[in-house]
Amino acid sequence: MFKVADHEFQSRLFTGTGKFSSSKAMLAAIKASESGLVTMAMKRLDLKTGNDDILSPLLHSGIKLLPNTAGARNTKEAIFVAELSREMLATSWIKLEIHPDPKYLMPDPIETLKAATILCEKGYVVLPYVHADPVLCKRLEEVGCAAVMPLGSPIGSNQGLVTEPFLKMIIEQANIPVIVDAGIGAPSQALRAMELGADAVLVNTAIASSTNPTVMARCFAQAVKTGRDAYLAGLCLVSQHAIHTSPLTGFLND
Amino acid sequence: MSFMHYLKGLSREKLTLKLYSCTEQDVKRALQSPPGSLDSLLALLSPAAEPYLEQMAQASDHITRQRFGANIGMYLPLYLANLCANECDYCGFSMSHRIKRKIINLDELTAEMAVVKAMGYDSILLVSGEHETKVGIDYFSSVLPNVKAHFSYVAMEVQPLQEDEYSKLVGLGLDAVMIYQETYNPETYAKHHTRGNKQDFEYRLATPERVARSGVDKIGLGVLFGLGDWRLDALLLGHHLGYLESHFWRTRYSISLPRLRPCIGGITPKVELSYKGLVQLICAFRLFNNQVEISLSTRESAVLRDNLLGLGIIQLSAGSSTQPGGYLKPNTQLDQFEISDERSPIEVCAAMKARGFNPVWKDWESSWF
Repeated sequence: MFKVADHEFQSRLFTGTGKFSSSKAMLAAIKASESGLVTMAMKRLDLKTGNDDILSPLLHSGIKLLPNTAGARNTKEAIFVAELSREMLATSWIKLEIHPDPKYLMPDPIETLKAATILCEKGYVVLPYVHADPVLCKRLEEVGCAAVMPLGSPIGSNQGLVTEPFLKMIIEQANIPVIVDAGIGAPSQALRAMELGADAVLVNTAIASSTNPTVMARCFAQAVKTGRDAYLAGLCLVSQHAIHTSPLTGFLND
Repeated sequence: MSFMHYLKGLSREKLTLKLYSCTEQDVKRALQSPPGSLDSLLALLSPAAEPYLEQMAQASDHITRQRFGANIGMYLPLYLANLCANECDYCGFSMSHRIKRKIINLDELTAEMAVVKAMGYDSILLVSGEHETKVGIDYFSSVLPNVKAHFSYVAMEVQPLQEDEYSKLVGLGLDAVMIYQETYNPETYAKHHTRGNKQDFEYRLATPERVARSGVDKIGLGVLFGLGDWRLDALLLGHHLGYLESHFWRTRYSISLPRLRPCIGGITPKVELSYKGLVQLICAFRLFNNQVEISLSTRESAVLRDNLLGLGIIQLSAGSSTQPGGYLKPNTQLDQFEISDERSPIEVCAAMKARGFNPVWKDWESSWF
């Protein structure tokens, strides 16, 4: 069991809705992932006509939705999207993503903190997507964010936990859930994030762009569970030297 | 330094020599190198890369899938007017052509938009000939709010405007500007553009910089393949793209790779770009720039378009008309050029889905301007 704001989740794997070849493929993968929260870009939804291949099947599936502000380039645009989603989808949960850089889609820390401050004041449950910046994560916690979502590597890049040393600092210092988002390209990388003590991971591209999204989603589900169990069991310390399993001074304790 | 100065600093002769003296080793190295290298782009555009087309295609497919998933953005051109004060020997709108000229009025625009909306489109490209006085900033300013009320994403492909004019249009909801240089060779350019403002090579070349400063979301670049050496023009297009990306990092970029098509009174291509060449171009650009949006219009045939989908194309039009008022009342006498893929959007989407691609109609918030 794991909680963000007042909501309990059975699974520590969150997923996305982009890049799938069809809504059928998307739903099958989400089901196989056992995920309890899926994020979707508000810019993709056609709320005027209701003619879209993402929202209707998701609403029908009953899964909890995490609307995101992808595409927003500044605070104003992100807040607009948050307000739109609260009004149209009746949820105050928002994944805050602001990337003015269309090349690497790097999140803008300045705009993100500004927008998070405003949205928290307005009562939103804010989950900001940020670079793995420990200070920024603390600042976001201070303004009232429900969780932080630092990146492992550039979004969609499948490069894994390039930011691992910084993720460790964020996890160590956080008093709110840390959800590693972006760049996780293989179940082994998700497992590693969980071993480090992340509260959850969000995976989209690695599932959606796989040739078999359903099987890949299941693999991620297993990896996340294993990683969490390993974290709870307690990983042993890493040492430069060999350490004998039967210490030579054991007799002193006899 | 403006791109004009940058371009003047390049030697066309040296680049041509390099293009045609590339070796297999250069191509192999380019295939291994990270994106962004102009030397690698040159190698991939060279004749030496032809034996590596399959490898390039597979890499391009992989990168495109990773970046854009199965998504193909759907857009449609809407022609506002075919008046033109230019003489361009490849274009059906040239001023000397005795065709019926038309500017659509607000009522006609509303009717056209209704047809386009009914097809499912939410992203539109407004097109006109180049007639500054009759179809200029005042006309564009008057139609844009109406268009924006119906479409989330609005792009324009019209004559080059001034920076303050672009800013004004951005304030009214303009999201993207397509401005194609046609060719980066000033001499070839002069031969094909013989009257009107479009003769000004340098003003056109500086346009993307003016557009970028106006804060538009996306700029579309392009070359009309068939006017000159396609390899060199493509390479210079790559230089232009690289220059703009490094100077205007907030802007998104797209490229179009149209091949010269027959039109009323038009010329036949001087240098034919084959299907094979087009595939090489698309893959070379995808490997050079993983995030650039590559679009493909209905100029190309259905078979070719279906097969090009996996190779790097991420935007497609379908069911296009290339004449003002053509969605409600088709009249081929007014066409800018002939289209090849005449399938309806439904048919194109069915073909797309059969190949595992997902048509995306809406991908933008209309209030983001």
